Amino acid sequence: MTSDEWQIVWFTAWVSALSTLVILPFGLALAWALARRDWPGKSIVETFVSLPLVMPPVATGLILLKLFGRRGGIGGFLHDKFNLDVIFTWRAVLLALSVMSLPLLVRAARVAFEEVNPRLEQIARTLGAGDWRVFFTITVPLAARGIVGGMLLAFARALGEFGATIMVAGSIPGKTQTISLAIFQNVQLGDDTHAYRLLGVSVVLAFAAVWCSELFLRRRKK
Amino acid sequence: MRKVLACALLLFAVIGIQAAEITVFAAASLTDSLKEIAASYEKQSGDKITFNLGASSTLARQIEAGAPADIFFSADEAQMDSLAKKGLIDPATRKSRLGNTLVVVVAADSTLQINSAADLTNAAVKQIALADPKAVPAGVYAKAWLTQQQLWPAIEPKVVPTENVRAALAAVESGNVEAGVVYKTDAGISRKVKVAYEVPAKDAPDISYPMALVKESKQPDAAKNFLNYLDSKEAGDIFKKFGFVLRD
Repeated sequence: MTSDEWQIVWFTAWVSALSTLVILPFGLALAWALARRDWPGKSIVETFVSLPLVMPPVATGLILLKLFGRRGGIGGFLHDKFNLDVIFTWRAVLLALSVMSLPLLVRAARVAFEEVNPRLEQIARTLGAGDWRVFFTITVPLAARGIVGGMLLAFARALGEFGATIMVAGSIPGKTQTISLAIFQNVQLGDDTHAYRLLGVSVVLAFAAVWCSELFLRRRKK
Repeated sequence: MRKVLACALLLFAVIGIQAAEITVFAAASLTDSLKEIAASYEKQSGDKITFNLGASSTLARQIEAGAPADIFFSADEAQMDSLAKKGLIDPATRKSRLGNTLVVVVAADSTLQINSAADLTNAAVKQIALADPKAVPAGVYAKAWLTQQQLWPAIEPKVVPTENVRAALAAVESGNVEAGVVYKTDAGISRKVKVAYEVPAKDAPDISYPMALVKESKQPDAAKNFLNYLDSKEAGDIFKKFGFVLRD
């Protein structure tokens, strides 16, 4: 492994982890609202969040590119007000990974929240616990397995993201290149040995992620 | 029913014999000119021309892997050489047909002034889109030019490498990068960009587009006819219209 390859692996791992952390508060809030509350437009929001799961990743990438490009609504605002550019920077990678992995977290967490018995929450409330306390001491611990499962799924999805990332972040060595992009580029350039080494790393990473989640789930069961 | 099927099969067989379908693997920068040339050739010959357009380096890799190509039209000699070395093209049919020029483009509404290669090192130019300088011809040429100007180390950190030259053009069109280096012919087809600087011939590497018959071609005769047509004055006029230089 060369230092360039380590850089790619390290970048992919931390930007994937960061994307999972970034979507966690929003994803949990949304999952809870979908599981526990009825509100107008709920089914529309639900469908909207799941779209990146079913749409071609490249199409999702195109939407992000148009929104966050310097001529797009959000991208233009960020550029003019904060001199902040998103497209073709590591921020674009974070954005693509977050949007692509959000549905996996929301779906898993939603099911987990639905399985928590509401009576337990009510009992806590009758004993004087406020809404936030009920959420963090009763609901979240009881739904922890599903939430962590969803986080691992989201993380794994982020590790392998390709289509949306290449649209918004390009494939800039040392800056926005993730493992998937580097494998593709190396094969295109005829540098197969490079690609094989990164392939090996992605197998190890995937194995480790699944193995950890299995360990975690087994420990919870006891 | 069976008779209808038999007739249909016969019809397809006849069409199959008369009209060849020729697959041309061609550099992305040739997209518009080749499409126009193919349209007029299809009318004359009845053959059908289909294209696989992309970075010449990618196309060469695909041909190596056994992709069904009849003709390869590359944007640089290096990619053609790599296929020639592996015995994948017919050397007798190889011909350097076109020349081109490199230009620096900026978005049509940009106020950037670029009067020399050195201006690309200005802080106002944050990112520069190039076809991937590791292999894609347009990027390789651009890198050769900037290396010769002794500016490559200063410019490399700003480079956004793209899949092919048209992707570099698109990045400038979208306004997401300040500048790009593409061929003059690419700049000519887009209204959303303007040429800020044309690289003088004395500074630039020799840009040469060779074409050749792929050895594995299933219909070498029909493919050779189209190669001849590409070499004709009629096709040459279309290439010239798009800004290419004809070579002899």
